[in-house]
Amino acid sequence: MCLGIPGQIVEITDADRQMAMADVSGVRREVSLTPVATGPLEDLLGQWVLIHVGFAMAVIDADEAAATLEALRGLGEAQETLEAMAEGQRALEGVQ
Amino acid sequence: MKYVEEFRDPVAARGVLAAITAVADRIGATPEAPVRIMEICGGHTHAIFRYGLDKMVHPGIEFIHGPGCPVCVLPMARVDECVELAERPEVIFCTFGDAMRVPGTRKSLLQAKADGADIRMVYSPLDALELARRNPDREIVFFGLGFETTTPSTAMSVQQAARDGVMNFSIFCNHITVPAPLRALLNDPHMMLDGFVGPGHVSMVIGTHPYDFIAEEFGKPIVVAGFEPLDLLHSVLMVLTQIAEGRAEVENQYARVVPEHGNPISIAAVDAVYEPRPSFEWRGLGEIDASGLRMRDAFRAWDAEAKFGVGYGAEVRAATPEPEGCACGAVMTGRMKPTACAQFGKGCTPEMPLGALMVSSEGACAAYWQYGGVRALEAAE
Ligand code: SF4
Repeated sequence: MCLGIPGQIVEITDADRQMAMADVSGVRREVSLTPVATGPLEDLLGQWVLIHVGFAMAVIDADEAAATLEALRGLGEAQETLEAMAEGQRALEGVQ
Repeated sequence: MKYVEEFRDPVAARGVLAAITAVADRIGATPEAPVRIMEICGGHTHAIFRYGLDKMVHPGIEFIHGPGCPVCVLPMARVDECVELAERPEVIFCTFGDAMRVPGTRKSLLQAKADGADIRMVYSPLDALELARRNPDREIVFFGLGFETTTPSTAMSVQQAARDGVMNFSIFCNHITVPAPLRALLNDPHMMLDGFVGPGHVSMVIGTHPYDFIAEEFGKPIVVAGFEPLDLLHSVLMVLTQIAEGRAEVENQYARVVPEHGNPISIAAVDAVYEPRPSFEWRGLGEIDASGLRMRDAFRAWDAEAKFGVGYGAEVRAATPEPEGCACGAVMTGRMKPTACAQFGKGCTPEMPLGALMVSSEGACAAYWQYGGVRALEAAE
């Protein structure tokens, strides 16, 4: 549970709350940009970030993102994280 | 060396392994008198087993699996308190999935959910905050669990709740820190450690300076590492090289992700919302000074301990002994291998865990079980 997963920022969804849509291995998930918001949020569009429990914790380059994703897949952690995201979605919808 | 085929770059792995062997021989490491390196992070433990790194490196190197799995070090009493909170009719209890199967005295959260408690597995504390917005007549409690990588997420969620005036949201704070238990382990005279492989994603948040005391006060090398198998091998080589050269420093093998001073925005959010507790209880390690965090008074309205009078917020805290026959404490401090526990694979399996080290793939016992079935048999013979 302590490992982040790479995602690419595709859209700013709520500038006031510093929220953005990220593409995580083909899954779209809203994340907070607060930890990496050192400048205008628009600068983060298209960037790769390391996402941990819904927060972009670090900006990384595309190569690092690819390598990290592969390492996570090797450990089965990528799948686990994507499942946790889906589970979180179900929890919001009140499906038990 | 069949494992090497699993690497993306087996040639590079062979090169690092050869270099490790050369240094290990030079400093006279043998299976009888091994160099003992603790990997702190549970993610590293998982990777070491997944790729069989412990079998691949020079036999004079022994990996000691550190306390860096937040689920594994969670005392049973805290699980009981979670169940108590979750069983309140007004509460929707939100947690990361990892915590669901940790055994409590009466039951795990998974069993409590089966018995009708409203427990939701969420991916992020922001999901819990959203649930609070959508369910204004319920109390949403989020189980704040984890090390420095995770702590900023709950701190920022509380700050957001405060800004938006969401009052039916609270955190049951069980956040813990990495440096404090390391100090405790280094102060333990039974602990014989020669060096550390430091956590990558924790350090991405806190930077490398919180480990300075390991080198300066205790004279031990520590190398912050990524969690690709090659990263880990490189880091082991860097630790060995420091030992061979008589150095003890904090080095950063994972500088491509870990800045020296960490993430200042996250550090500031954590400081604003949380403060150190005088001491906090760790499963298997006991009470450790200033190793856990609690919410500052300014955020009391979002503190589940204050709101519901549980945990350290309760007047009397029940002491709960560990389950009979469980050797989690000895395993966690490196005094015992998981396979030496009488319950390993018998009373304790990943399907029916008795101890917390069997619950998560980051726990040493689960890692042994998952990847070491053959090894367990070997050890038994
Ligand atoms: S096998 Fe189970 S009971 Fe024994 S130390 Fe490991 S987790 Fe604890």
